[in-house]
Amino acid sequence: MNHAIQVEGLVKRFGETTALNGVDLAARAGTVLGLLGPNGAGKTTAVRVLATLLQPDAGYATVGGYDVVRNAHQVRQLIGLTGQYAAVDEALTGTENLQLIARLLGVSRREAKQRARELLARFQLEEAAARAAKTYSGGMRRRLDLAASLVGRPQMLYLDEPTTGLDPRSRLEMWRLVRSLVADGVTVLLTTQYLEEADELADEIAVIDEGRVIATGTPDELKAKIGARCLAVRPADAVDVPPVVSVVGELVGVVPDVEGQLVTAPITDPAVLPAAVLPAAVRRLDDAGVVITELALRNSSLNEVFLALTGRPAEETRQTEDIEGVPA
Amino acid sequence: MTTATATAPRAPELAPRVSPSEGLWQTMTLAWRTLVQIRHNPWELGDFSFQPIMFVLMFTYVFGGAISGSTGEYLTFALPGIIVMNMLFVTMYVGMGLNTDLTKGVFDRLRSLPLARWAPLAGRITADLVKQAWSIVLLLGVGAILGFRIGTSAVDLLAAAVLILVFALAFSWVSVLVGVLAADPEKVQIFGFTALFPLTFVSNVFVPVDTMPGWLQAFVNVNPVTLLADAARGLMVGGPVAGPVLGSLLWAAVILAVFAPISVWAFKRRV
Ligand SMILES: Nc1ncnc2c1ncn2[C@@H]1O[C@H](COP(=O)(O)OP(=O)(O)OP(=O)(O)O)[C@@H](O)[C@H]1O
Ligand SMILES: [Mg+2]
Repeated sequence: MNHAIQVEGLVKRFGETTALNGVDLAARAGTVLGLLGPNGAGKTTAVRVLATLLQPDAGYATVGGYDVVRNAHQVRQLIGLTGQYAAVDEALTGTENLQLIARLLGVSRREAKQRARELLARFQLEEAAARAAKTYSGGMRRRLDLAASLVGRPQMLYLDEPTTGLDPRSRLEMWRLVRSLVADGVTVLLTTQYLEEADELADEIAVIDEGRVIATGTPDELKAKIGARCLAVRPADAVDVPPVVSVVGELVGVVPDVEGQLVTAPITDPAVLPAAVLPAAVRRLDDAGVVITELALRNSSLNEVFLALTGRPAEETRQTEDIEGVPA
Repeated sequence: MTTATATAPRAPELAPRVSPSEGLWQTMTLAWRTLVQIRHNPWELGDFSFQPIMFVLMFTYVFGGAISGSTGEYLTFALPGIIVMNMLFVTMYVGMGLNTDLTKGVFDRLRSLPLARWAPLAGRITADLVKQAWSIVLLLGVGAILGFRIGTSAVDLLAAAVLILVFALAFSWVSVLVGVLAADPEKVQIFGFTALFPLTFVSNVFVPVDTMPGWLQAFVNVNPVTLLADAARGLMVGGPVAGPVLGSLLWAAVILAVFAPISVWAFKRRV
């Protein structure tokens, strides 16, 4: 098959830490490969190896058929990288940042200007084009960073947690952009901590944990395995927890999880239509005479994915303080 | 290359490496970038323009009379050395800029592009040479206004400037090392002040060496700053040239031989 990105047995150690412990990945050309994992899983390390920024200790990776170690220069001609943290020159304006990259890639002055203008328009940065990037908000920086990675019209685009720290509107905007790039034939490697995001964008998802791929498949396959949606019910009175557990259990067909008074259960059975679950739950709980304070059908969190896949919650997550400029 | 070893179909044949002329172009583009930064950060221009001017004014008018009897005479003695001192301080911008790129992730971006490996560093150093040349011209200009007179020829003056730039090129590697090792750009600046101030003051830049205690003289006489200041004096004002020039070049060679490999090694370790 035509694999744009192919990774086999990749190992990367940092002293005592094994960041990648034998990772296998494959992405077909023109598709989105989603790398889903909690903090410290090894997502950024994998991206950095594929971007030729890190040398692996074992295993190999090819991008467009070129080895990331032996043919690093060729790989660099194919890729665009948007790292986890915006890498823009704060002392330059938005225009200059983009022009710089275009010029480095050998584009003429006139074309560089044109390309910068185009990209700034595409990312709604026209108004800030002539301002130094240090005056940009966190979200603006990320957009400029993404624009910078597109200057060379890469065939492969790596997006390391592109929506972490973005507001919901910007997140939708980012999703739209990824889709439009894929429509143009770009292969995208995207890391994320959100199942919902991987579900929305990825053709193929690899769930990664502690440097290993613990599950792969299409979003539908994974959802069937772990339940993408989750029913949550909270009775007003603690004595009502047992009846709620039995109602929820019957409705979705799995044993619910109880946390305090909150009863949750992932919907894994494809025969259970999420849209039908809520009204049914309301009816059944009403019949049982249970007063509820919360009833929701929500997207499964990464934590629930991990619970389903590994039987334990995701590793203790780092706080979100590292998200530049944008309060979480 | 049409070997059948590749497991996946290759993208259309891509250049396996950067040609030297492309590398040179990339270096110039990155040097341009460093100089454009100044436009948005006029403070930096102030740092390597007003600060040295202030030094010249301060030393000439505060110490001049006491040390040399007249400000004009003192300026003739001190200006070449002040130019040397300023050169050392300006080299610190290489390390500060490099460190900023490393800590802000800009370096990763550059490394992910198909550029010559040496272009980012070479771009910084080239930009630094432009700043150095500007500083030399500026200080000579201010000196001329204040009464500094060149006692030699234009060729000698040019030779002095070239010698100072050559030394700057070598000393930039010290700055590169500091830039790679420091946790943030401020630390580079702190290093610059704490290491360069003694190095430049314990020399014969500001006062003749004969009033110092013997043990200090021993250090001052081998201090590269002294040698370079002497060489600059000789070439700009007159006096012995060969010895100090040779000593300066020797120092430059030693600094380059020691710091360039260490810096490159530290650099590869960090990125
Ligand atoms: N340069 C480094 N030196 C030492 N350890 C490192 C380095 N980079 C990563 N690690 C370690 O490797 C492991 C994987 O890190 P990585 O950054 O790849 O995780 P991640 O999945 O991107 O996490 P996050 O969601 O927090 O970004 C972590 O334990 C991390 O501490
Ligand atoms: Mg990461």
